[in-house]
Amino acid sequence: MSDARTAILARLRAAPKATVPDLPEWTGPVFADRLERFRIMLEAVHGEVHVIAADQWRPHLRLILSSKDVGRVMAPPELAVDWPDVVAYDRPAEALKDQLVDGIDAAITTACGAIAETGTVVLRPDADQPRLMSLLPPIHVVLLKLSDMADNMAGLMAAQDWAGTMPTNLLLISGPSKTADIEQTLAYGVHGPKELIVLVLS
Amino acid sequence: MGNDFSSRAHDALNNPQLRRNFRRAMDGLMSKRAVQFADRDDWAALRARGAAIKARALARLPDLLEEFEQKARANGIIVHWAETTADANSIVLGILTDHGAKRVIKGKSMVSEEMHLNAHLEAHGITAVESDLGEYIIQLAGEAPSHIVMPCIHKNKGEIARLFTDNIAGQPYTEDVDALTAAARKVLRREFAQADAGLSGVNFLVAETGSLVLIENEGNGRLSTTLPPLHIAVTGIEKLVEKLDDVAPLLALLPRSATGQPITTYVNMITSPRKAGEKDGPRQVHLVLLDNGRSRVYADLQLRDTLRCIRCGACMNHCPVYARVGGHTYGSVYPGPIGKILTPQLAGLDCAGDLPHASTLCNACVEVCPVQIPIADILVRLRTEAAQPSQAPGVKGAGSNASMVENAVWKGWQAMNASPAVYAAATRSLAVIGNLIPAAAPLLRQWTSVRSKPKFAGKTLHQLARDKGYDNE
Repeated sequence: MSDARTAILARLRAAPKATVPDLPEWTGPVFADRLERFRIMLEAVHGEVHVIAADQWRPHLRLILSSKDVGRVMAPPELAVDWPDVVAYDRPAEALKDQLVDGIDAAITTACGAIAETGTVVLRPDADQPRLMSLLPPIHVVLLKLSDMADNMAGLMAAQDWAGTMPTNLLLISGPSKTADIEQTLAYGVHGPKELIVLVLS
Repeated sequence: MGNDFSSRAHDALNNPQLRRNFRRAMDGLMSKRAVQFADRDDWAALRARGAAIKARALARLPDLLEEFEQKARANGIIVHWAETTADANSIVLGILTDHGAKRVIKGKSMVSEEMHLNAHLEAHGITAVESDLGEYIIQLAGEAPSHIVMPCIHKNKGEIARLFTDNIAGQPYTEDVDALTAAARKVLRREFAQADAGLSGVNFLVAETGSLVLIENEGNGRLSTTLPPLHIAVTGIEKLVEKLDDVAPLLALLPRSATGQPITTYVNMITSPRKAGEKDGPRQVHLVLLDNGRSRVYADLQLRDTLRCIRCGACMNHCPVYARVGGHTYGSVYPGPIGKILTPQLAGLDCAGDLPHASTLCNACVEVCPVQIPIADILVRLRTEAAQPSQAPGVKGAGSNASMVENAVWKGWQAMNASPAVYAAATRSLAVIGNLIPAAAPLLRQWTSVRSKPKFAGKTLHQLARDKGYDNE
């Protein structure tokens, strides 16, 4: 349909020129206590936040998983998660589909950043932690370094040079999957995880 | 349902269930939004930024479209261009046929509604299943969305419970929202796993990186764009932004304006299909850029502002007309204030010329619009275009409401007001015979159908002033 392309662009170019307005000043908010803001915002949308010493997360995770009656966990091997039944996402999704859709109770991934303003974790899924890990299992546990937390989205984008390093898929996640399509009543886990648990490593 | 706005509005106004459903929903959405923008200075700075970002992107639209296309192609995304919805439907069907796809799972997309894509695919033996819970519900009901963000806002849980019991095998009647949601999750999980292709819309196209930005709460948009081997996105050519940086303020505006959320649960930025070594994601990503009249809207500098819209729905949530008659009354894909200015421009004033009149010009929509679209000014402009078309290219169907009688009346009005003698004669004779004109007289009939005919005073204002001793001669 290159004819359509030529015709559409020609019509747009033939239109009168508007002046290009300047961008008015705007900066995102900053917070005296980032972690507190992050916690308030994420808990407000039904997320769980646990702040743990960086070398203590494995036993803490084990407690959380036990308390939620989790059976099979999916986690990348390099995280060395301490749990009796851990599987890795070690094949293409096509070969794992049935298990992914209905056979995993919880998935553990890392986050590459977080936004305090909105209570958001940022994921860059890759070959070790593919996209569906944070989507199909009913519980998603995220490991986040406190030092990767920014005040606002614009700040994080700039600090991590998102524009220069966009992966196949970059994800901002703020709470478990939810809907309010039936009478504006909130319901969780409509398609994605019912629970989002963030372990903030201090 | 009648076939014009006013007869459909009449039906809607007499439907107490619909009135209650909308009142409740709109009140909730308005108060949630108000909480988000409680600080007026922050709101003013943020929306000025949002409006400028969209205005800048529109000013450079052809260049940005080319820049985007080049980046997206380099990233491995296949870009298509469609002049009309028929072309877009053929492109989507062609891609699906090439892949032997029979089942398509859909994320929410208003452009696909604009294309009437589902019907087109059904007619060619391809099943399209809506996966957004609201869209799934109205697909079961065989209806169209009544709101662009919350498509089944017109239905209450009793109606939805009955739909589920009638359509999902083994589903008992329940009005429990968690149970209804769980039932839909179960059915749709199967659909996702079996789908040959996923179809979605787009919220922002980023020229700088060639990325597609999609926002949602449910995760169905992510599933539609991740699980099936093929992803097709459809969107209008106006969704471009220049830089990835522009996305941050727009995301600070869109969900807060739409549903009063600080951010949606998911912001999904897609920049390429599955790369070598990656284990999931579609192997092919296609993007269909749809014009369907947008470049004609673009040709007029005033009307071009219509294309800034980021589809948050705040204008309809705050519209006193929309809140009372609901989305279906507009008889078009885009309802409410934005629909009243967009639909007549895309479909033509000859087809949708009554929509710009379905407004009191109260300006509520203009006050809440996060990208400062002058909706009321554009409504007035479209009313004028319908009666007195401006120069080419003009609005599609302009002049369709031109009336010789109306033009003659205005000519007479002009002549009367230009000459003191004619004015005095005309007002004096109206003072005498005005009350003899029946309310049901032609030209008056429509106006007096909902108003009392004013009573003419026995003397004109000039006569009364002279009687009181004022003299400005």
